[in-house]
Amino acid sequence: MNGAEYLLFILMLAVFLGFELINKVPATLHTPLMSGANAISGITVVGAIAIAGNGNQDLAQWLGAGAVALASINVVGGYMVTDRMLSFFKKKEG
Amino acid sequence: MDLSVVISLGYVLASGLFIFGLKKLGSPATARKGNMISAVGMLTAIVVALLDQGIVDFTWIAAGMVVGGAIGAIAARAIAMTSMPEMVALFNGLGGAASLLVGWAALTPDAATFTLVTIVLSILIGGVTLTGSLIAYGKLSEILGSGAVMFKGQQLVNSLIIAGVVGSAVMFCLQPTDPTWLYAVIGLSLVFGIMVVIPIGGADMPVVISLLNSYSGLAACAAGFAINNNVLIVAGSLVGASGIILTQIMCKAMNRSLSNVLFSGFASVANEATEIDGEIKPITAEDAYYILEAATNVAIIPGYGMAVAQAQHVVKELGDLLEANGAEVNFGIHPVAGRMPGHMNVLLAEADVPYDQLLEMDEINPRMELIDVAIVIGANDVVNPAAREMESSPIYGMPVINVADAQTVFVLKRSMASGFAGIENPLFYKENTRMLFGDAKETLSKLVRELSG
Repeated sequence: MNGAEYLLFILMLAVFLGFELINKVPATLHTPLMSGANAISGITVVGAIAIAGNGNQDLAQWLGAGAVALASINVVGGYMVTDRMLSFFKKKEG
Repeated sequence: MDLSVVISLGYVLASGLFIFGLKKLGSPATARKGNMISAVGMLTAIVVALLDQGIVDFTWIAAGMVVGGAIGAIAARAIAMTSMPEMVALFNGLGGAASLLVGWAALTPDAATFTLVTIVLSILIGGVTLTGSLIAYGKLSEILGSGAVMFKGQQLVNSLIIAGVVGSAVMFCLQPTDPTWLYAVIGLSLVFGIMVVIPIGGADMPVVISLLNSYSGLAACAAGFAINNNVLIVAGSLVGASGIILTQIMCKAMNRSLSNVLFSGFASVANEATEIDGEIKPITAEDAYYILEAATNVAIIPGYGMAVAQAQHVVKELGDLLEANGAEVNFGIHPVAGRMPGHMNVLLAEADVPYDQLLEMDEINPRMELIDVAIVIGANDVVNPAAREMESSPIYGMPVINVADAQTVFVLKRSMASGFAGIENPLFYKENTRMLFGDAKETLSKLVRELSG
């Protein structure tokens, strides 16, 4: 398999897996689920890191640095806010 | 071992942690741990990415991470729970912006056509996510009006924008060295994001937020294709899939198709003058107290008004007092109550209401006839019996919480203005309905004082 086909193959499996994982989440968790998933979408930071560090002082590097900053807000803020929300969820005692 | 193998295995581990974390997020008891696991996955992916030998200069990486991380951490701590929907929208938009930039930066003069297509996709989806989320943020935080913005010829303008986006995307792939087309794609996708969200009104926001959430994942996924990175594809498509599922659930809860939500605001529905028989019967907090004191089974149905009045803590207090008085207290939560999926659940959780006391619509409706008093707090369309009774109503067919089946219904409402959608609510005219006018928080505080006195 060449590169593109291999990536598409991964995409297909991940989409199905995503559907299976999320389908049964109870309504009570929809907000944390959304903000937790949102934090995961900050994964772009991984791609941005390599670009921001290319050392070329070119446009790509500046774009990469901007992307690292924006994605970091998304990642750090997303995980922390999700954790804050989930810390409220409690079962009835006794 | 070769460093590139370590990097690949690290990404595999990170993907596994994301999947496992999302699975744990599916149950209230394990959700917090699930979020932690997914955060560890993210940390793993970032550490592994820093091992990349192509990196010669860490200055700007460090700068970006420190600045971004600090802003994110401060925002996450400072935000009030009632402002959660706009916060999620904002974070979402930034994720989209990051994907746009990565796609743009991935452009090299010798890029293959497949790469060019994925670059265009990440710019396009990222751009729409960015401006769409910013508009959603503006509407939710009420910086912008929350109503639907419609104008003559909107469809035509949108069609032209779509044609422009597709045209310049194709031209970009054919002539990647000419930056004009690149800038055209960026500019048009940003405009398109605005145009997509402005015609959507406040009550439809749960659908929009879910959809934008999905887009931010898809943008990351497209960026993953552009820079040939597995972990972006896996994580991005997980998010994309979860957003689409939430979107579907929200649409189903409103009995509308996605295209209906996106392209026709409620506002455009011609309001037929419908005669509603009966009269409005106001009641004072004192009289309401006597009825509540005698009740043995109480249901509380919150809506967006509870969030606006920041009344969740008083609601919890009222619930506790009623329970101490021997009544069974439950909460009935409509899937689209509030401004994002699960909005009410988060607010009540913040006020310490245990999650097993929160019943979904399908759980509470069958037992509605056994309920002595149903207290509707700042909810309107999600309890509107017109959805069941009046075929002419714009919301006919939407599943609602059947509060009218309870013995007595209290409706806490600021005034007699109709709900966001501008639809008359026959519930207010029912024989067993009593209206408690005024600020929800004040009314509830009065009830709490009476009950504890």
